[in-house]
This record gives sequence, structure tokens and C-alpha cells, in this order.
Amino acid sequence: MEKTYNNKAWLLVIPVVVLVALSAIIPIMTVVNYSFQDTFGKNVFFWAGTEWFIDVLRSERFHDALGRNLLFSFIILCIEIPLGIAIALSMPKRGIWVPICLVLMALPLLIPWNVVGTIWQIFGRGDIGLLGYAMSAIGIEYNYTSNVFDAWATIIIMDVWHWTSLVVLLCYAGLVSIPEAYYQAARIDGASKWSVFRYIQLPKMRGVLIIAFLLRFMDSFMIYTEPFVLTGGGPGNSTTFLSIDLVKQAIGQFDLGPAAAMSLIYQLIVLLICYVFFTVMSNVGTDKPEEVEK
Amino acid sequence: MLEIQNVSKKVGNTFHIKNVSLRLEKGSLNVLLGPTLSGKTSLMRLMAGLDRPTDGDILMNGESVLKTPVQKRNVAMVYQQFINYPAFTVYENIASPLRVARVDEQSIDKKVREAADLMKLTPYLDRTVLNLSGGQQQRTALARALVKGAELVLLDEPLANLDYKLREELRIELPRIFAETGAIFVYATTEPQEALLLGGDTATLHEGQVSQFGSTIDVHNTPANLVTAQTFSDPPMNVISMRKQGSEFVFSQGAAPCPQDVTGLADGMYSIGVRPHHVMLKKPAGKSLKVEATVTTTEIAGSETFVHINEDDLKMVVLTHGVHRVGIGDKIPVYLDPTKFFIFDGQEALVSAPTVGVA
Amino acid sequence: MAQITLDKLAHSYLPHPKTDADFALKEIDHVWDDGGAYALLGPSGCGKTTLLNIISGLLVPSKGKILFDERDITAFQPEQRNIAQVFQFPVIYDTMTVRQNLEFPLRNRNVPSDEISKRVNEMIDILDLGGKANRKARGLTADEKQKISLGRGLVRYDVNAILFDEPLTVIDPHMKWQLRTKLKDLHRQLGHTMIYVTHDQTEALTFADKVVVMYEGEVVQIGTPEELFDEPEHTFVGYFIGSPGMNIIPTEVKGSTANLGGHSVELKGAYAHLDGKTELGIRPEFISMKSSGSGLPAKVTSVEDIGRFKIVRTSIENHNLNVVLNEGESVPADPLLSFDPARINIYQDDHLVRPQSKAKGA
Repeated sequence: MEKTYNNKAWLLVIPVVVLVALSAIIPIMTVVNYSFQDTFGKNVFFWAGTEWFIDVLRSERFHDALGRNLLFSFIILCIEIPLGIAIALSMPKRGIWVPICLVLMALPLLIPWNVVGTIWQIFGRGDIGLLGYAMSAIGIEYNYTSNVFDAWATIIIMDVWHWTSLVVLLCYAGLVSIPEAYYQAARIDGASKWSVFRYIQLPKMRGVLIIAFLLRFMDSFMIYTEPFVLTGGGPGNSTTFLSIDLVKQAIGQFDLGPAAAMSLIYQLIVLLICYVFFTVMSNVGTDKPEEVEK
Repeated sequence: MLEIQNVSKKVGNTFHIKNVSLRLEKGSLNVLLGPTLSGKTSLMRLMAGLDRPTDGDILMNGESVLKTPVQKRNVAMVYQQFINYPAFTVYENIASPLRVARVDEQSIDKKVREAADLMKLTPYLDRTVLNLSGGQQQRTALARALVKGAELVLLDEPLANLDYKLREELRIELPRIFAETGAIFVYATTEPQEALLLGGDTATLHEGQVSQFGSTIDVHNTPANLVTAQTFSDPPMNVISMRKQGSEFVFSQGAAPCPQDVTGLADGMYSIGVRPHHVMLKKPAGKSLKVEATVTTTEIAGSETFVHINEDDLKMVVLTHGVHRVGIGDKIPVYLDPTKFFIFDGQEALVSAPTVGVA
Repeated sequence: MAQITLDKLAHSYLPHPKTDADFALKEIDHVWDDGGAYALLGPSGCGKTTLLNIISGLLVPSKGKILFDERDITAFQPEQRNIAQVFQFPVIYDTMTVRQNLEFPLRNRNVPSDEISKRVNEMIDILDLGGKANRKARGLTADEKQKISLGRGLVRYDVNAILFDEPLTVIDPHMKWQLRTKLKDLHRQLGHTMIYVTHDQTEALTFADKVVVMYEGEVVQIGTPEELFDEPEHTFVGYFIGSPGMNIIPTEVKGSTANLGGHSVELKGAYAHLDGKTELGIRPEFISMKSSGSGLPAKVTSVEDIGRFKIVRTSIENHNLNVVLNEGESVPADPLLSFDPARINIYQDDHLVRPQSKAKGA
């Protein structure tokens, strides 16, 4: 819908513009600035051109971290999307349990992210954590601070626990909007439950699934707080994701140039993958225009 | 007076509205008639100011209103889907435009009660809208449009979701009620019968263009082209391709003598339109064209019978009074009266229409 | 194909219904013949959709039984009843092509592949979907989608009845016409029992052999389109059928004449003495208008010209009367109305009363 031209609207937008400028645009411009320059401290800057970018793209450290991120996002999507759909399918659509289930699903999403990290950090400890203690009681060796596999497993389970609800709520909204007549027609057609899922529910959930996918991918690729609180990037480098590495470089090592360059590359990778993914998903399954059979 | 000058609306690569010009007088009832997706809703949205045209101008009382936002324009709109504020009572719903206009409480009360009375909603004023039937909800939406006292009232197929008997009743009341307000009344519909029952003026729309605009019964009796004739026919008009040769029309089933006033036309291919109720099962008194064809289906609708016939590539529908039982598969003769032919030339423009005689 | 019997069937949406008013569907006893085309006609809320859902099995009735060919199937699920249903809006499987949509019910029943192809090809032909068989169903027009919905029911071998729930709701008037004729054709060709729910009398009368008129949960009359038109048993049927509906005017009847505002009207026979609310019913098509001679003087309030006929709205003594004039007939300025005696119906307390004897010289 096109709105008629109205100058007053600009006045209302100014506060937001100022806020976004201060908190986002100006810092980003600073980062871009740093990425092209080198400094030896004392606010003295030398033009370095694309040196940092090339350095970062060549560095093994960057490749390793990127690899970890890609692996992590892949695993997360493989678990959370199907699990979310399954839970949404089993949630009631009518009756007293609906609000109760919705609230239960929403709870994990409401917890501040570093608290989530802390919860699992304590949960997994061998001495005071329920999980850690239970594991050693059964006889399984479990230590997320020293064992790489355990560290990864814990982070993944923590993320699933934290974020699957988002997928569930989105899919539930999509499911609830399917008119009853479709299910009735399927019954009359003698369709199996699997057919109902494949031919009615899944297609009708396409819109919300695209959103769920995109959101989960972006968030998991950019993940920082939870693994940082849980493992700090360890043991060794094994859970050092791009974001954690970035912070180490920028604030720990104070290598502003490479850090700035890395953060820009990071952002571009996210944008690129999201764009490709979105375009592909929007066009899959749509008709090619007018293919008429003779 | 609302004037639409050469307005076009292009979305992407398609024209939703193409070069439409209309003049709607104050106090007039105008019907926009056309199939779905012909542009009726797009045109109404342009009139209301909800969309801006890509080309052309819209003038209200001589002044262009393109720059005026819709909230400032004096327009009321009623939709097919009974749009009301769900949480408000009927009273509050009807009062809402007056509250926005900051009218004083006493006047609001008076106007709301007047509108409710006209729409027969007085016993329901305290109910929430969701507790009303479909017909009552639509009456509430209509009352809200009435109370605004707008200069331009747009109704987009407002009766389409109602029971057909309810539709009949409201169709009689609506023009009367809105005529009293003196507003310009625009009513969109897909049903030719509805246009005829409402009267007033009709603009027939087809693929974003207005094919004809004039008094409803004139557009019906004298459609400017084949497209208009088809839009304005329910049941659909029978169309037969015939070749004119001298003083006769020749086609696959025989020949018909030309009516007096068309003997001067050039020879060639013409499309002849015959309305189903002008095809007769009994031979009429005057000259007629006899066609023999096989009956494919019959439908009895109370006091009328529809007979569908087929012969090679000729498909026709006959509408007769009374109940006629004809066997499926029987070959029967039907008679076409040439004085009732609508003659369309090669470009589908009307060349001759039957005169509607008043005995 | 099956004969459907409704045995003392009634339904209430409330858990503990007490009075008659609590029942959405009041007690009904009826047998639907095998292979017939029926319409359930009535205004919104009259119970027709409730009845349809009970027949299809989507609703279990609170009282009574329903039988298919002598089998009590009251407790059966829809998939066990072998019925097909077409809904108000087209229900198709978006991701499948037209052909796959039609094959679906047969595949679910493990019909062998070559049988499926043969049957589906037949169906595509009958439904005139030839050129579009391999297109995604999603891209078709509304009426084509409804045909697919219908086709999915017709492909099956074991269909007892096909139920239609206001199927032409989303279709354009132009296509409505064609689809309606098509449904009638299909009924003739394939002979399934078809039950069609609608509030549109034209749809009901053109489609059905017998129409069940419902009002407020009750069956008011069951009859052929002609019976309903000529002799409605109830004033509601008279009003509901016909556009415009039957004119109903209060009157006094003595023998073979009726008194209307001081004027006498001849009736087709002599009636016994009538108590209670007496009304005269006459359809607008059977009233003629003259400018002189004998008749009831009436005042013309408005004229609607719809091309093939005109509706003249008149009033006599504050009672509204609609008259239908044919194309070309003119409306006299001060008309005198006369009623065709053979077409006048007399109603007592809304129910039709028949004359005891024919009028002299009739």
C-alpha cells in the first residue's frame, strides 16, 4: 500500500535515526576506518590498505574458527528445525492446555543469555552440578573443561535447550492457521499421518520455516555469550568461535586492525549466506510462469 | 463531483488499471461491474486515496486530491468481509468516525441513533459486534459509513458474503438510504443482476479498463462491444459467428434474413449475440431462424427452465418460462428471432442492437 | 452408491439440551433414495451444515441413527463411510500436480498403478482438465480447483454419496453457471447420490431432483422444484423460493372468495371456515396489471428493470406486493391488479390449506 507523501513523518523518525547513528553507524564506520589502518598505539595511524584483509583471509586461525562456526550452525539447524517441527505438531491446538504449553515454550527464550551460559556451566560441573554429578554417578566420564567432545556436546545441548522454542512457536503459528477443512479432506481421502504432514502441514508451514531457518542460522553463526560463559573458548581453541576469537584479538591482544578487518569479513559472510539462502528458499517450489501443456 | 482523468495503475509489469476516465455526479449511484480481478477494487482504492495512480489525476469538485492523504479525504468505505472494530459495541463502532472528528457527545448520540434506526440496529446497540449475525455485522459497517456523512461512499461487494435473501432485502434498502445523504455512491459487484436491480449508472470493467459507462439499463440493452455484452449477461449470451451475404446472415446451420436496419452493412464475418430468453422452443409469429440441435442438459429453476443445446461447434443456452421437460439427447428445433440479434463486427464493436419496444 | 436413512435424528451442540430451542437440528425422519440429487436449502443457521456434517461423519448426532443401506453407521468415522466432500473453498494439495491430486485417494487405498492411470485419465477427461493435468494444482483458477476437489471424490470406486457444502461460494458468477451445469451433467453420467447444501435457491432448484427446505433446525418441506414453487407448504418456503419471493398478505376467507382491503378476490375452490392467522399467497409472476377494468387498485412505489423482466413494487393498504412484468410490458400509472385464481394459495397459521371443493365453473 502506498502512502501519500507526508513530511511530518520525518520528524518522528529523527530520534531513532540519532540512536541508530550513535550506537551502530558511527561505530561501524570506526571499524571500517581501523580495518584499513595500522597503529602502534598513541593514536598514531598508518594507512595499511588491504593488508589486514589479506592477512585475515590467509590466517589459519581464521579458517579454523570459521570452520567451527560452520560446523556448529550445521549441527544446530539439523537438530533444532526437525525437533521444533515435531514439538509444534504435538502441541494441542485447542483447549486449556494451549496457553500453558505456549508459556512453557516461551520460558527458555526469556532468560538472559549469559545467565543461560552460567546455568549450564554450573549444571555440568562434576562437584555441584546435577548433570555432572549424575554422569559420574553412572560412570560416564564427563568434563567439559578438559574434553573437546564434551565441551561441544554441552554447548550444542545448551543451544538446543535455549532456542528450539523459537522454532516451535513459529511453526505452531503456521500450523494453527491451517483451516480444518484440509484435515477433513485428507481424512476422507484416506491419507496417512505422514501424507498429511508431507502434503498439507509442511507446505503450509513454508513461510514460517524460512523465517525460523534464517533466524536460527544467523543467531547460531554469531553466537558469543553462551559459549564464552560456559567454556571461554576452551579447552584450548576447540570452542573458539569467530566471535570469541574476534574479541580476543580486539580487546585481548589489542590488534585493532586485523580485528576490524575480521569483523567486517564476518559480517559479509553472514549477509552473503543469508541472501543466498533466502533467495533459494523463496523460489523453490514456485511455478515457472505459464507452462501450458499441449 | 468526482472526476477521474486518464488514471492508470501499474504494478510491476502489469496494468491493474489502464487509462480510466470517469465523471461521477453528486448524489449519483454508480455500479462498477466486472469479474474478479477486473480492477474494481483497485479502482476503488484509487478513488479513496489508499493507493496513488502511476498516471493521471483524480479531482474532487474540481481540485486534485492526489496529495491529500486518505485520512483527510471525505470518504467512507465498506468491504465484503464485514470489517468492524471487534472489541467495540455496535454503538461505539458507529460512533467511531465521529469521535475521531471530535464531534460533541450530544451530536454523536443523535447521529448514531439515526443511523442505527435506518439500518434497523436499534435493539442491538449494546451488543459487541462478534455476537451479531453476518447480516447485522454488515449493517453495522454500513451504519458507520453512513454516519460519517462522507461525500464519497465506496462499497466493495458488500453483500457478497450474505445469504441471498438477505442480499435481496439490503439491495432494496441501500440505494434509498444513501440517496438521501446526497453522496456519490460507488458499488462494486460481479453480478449483472445486482447492477440491474440497483439501477443508476454502470461502468463495466474488463482487465483494468472501462469498456462502457452509462445508465445501467442502457449499457445492458446497448452494449458498446462484445466484451461489455458478455460482462453484463447472466446467464451468458449465446454468440454465433455468421457471415453476412447480401440481405442474409449465413452460418453452419442455415440462413437468417437480416433485420431491416442492418441490410446496409458491409458483407463479412460478424458475431451475433442472442440472449437465452430470446431463443424460443415454439415457433414465434414473425420471421425466425430455425436451428436443430441436440439437448445436452436441462435445469429447472422454479418458474423457468434452462435448456442447453449442442450441434457441432454451436453451443447455446435457451431460457423459457414454465417447466419444460425435454429429453437429454433429443434433437429439438429452436427458433431465433433476428430482430433480437446483437450484431458485433470483426473488431467486436456493436453495430446493431435490438430495440426494446414498449407495447 | 447407497440409500441413506435418517432415523429420528437430532442434534444439539449443548451438552444437556432441555428445550426444543437448544437443538440446532430438530428431529428428522427421512430416506434419501440411492442415486438421487438432493439439495439442502435454507438461510444461515438453519441447520443444513449440521445435517451435512452428520451425514459425512464429521459430527456425531446427539440423538437418533443414520443408516447407509440398512447399516447403522452412526458411530463410523468419515473415512469408514466412503463419502466424498467438497467444501466451500477449494481444498487441494498445493505441492502436487492436478494428476497427482486425483491419484492420491486411490494410492492411499492401494489400487494397482495401471488402474489408477486409467481411472484418473477418465476423470481428467470428464472434468475438462485435459491441458492442465501436469501443472501444479496451486496455479489453477478457483473453479478448476473445485473441480479437482470434486474429482478426488469421484475417482474412488467405493463412494456412497458426494456431499457439497456451498461449493460455489468463491466462484465468479460467470463460472458458477458453468460449474453448476457441469455438476448436473456429472450426476446424470455417473449416478452417485449427491447432497448439496446451499442458501441460494437457484443453485438448489437447478441442481436437485428433490429439495429439502430447512428453517431454524427443522425440515419445512421436501419436494421437487415445481412442487416447492407452485404449492409451498409453508409461508417460509413461499418467501424463500423465488426471486422475489411469494407475496403473503393477511386476508379473510369466506367460501371461495378472499377479502383484501374491501376487495374480493376469486379463489380456485371453496374453503372450510378458517381460524387463526389467515394469509393469501401469490407469486409476483402470476399477478397481472391493467390500467382499466376490474381489479385491486394499487400504488406503484418503484420499478426495477432487469432486462428480461421488470419488478414492480406496489402497495395495497400498506401491504407490499411485488409484481413481475415481462420485457416490453409497460407499467400503468394507476394499475389495477388481478390475481390468477389457480395460483393463489391460502395459509392458516403459516401452513398451506387446500380447498375442500373446486370453485363453480373452474
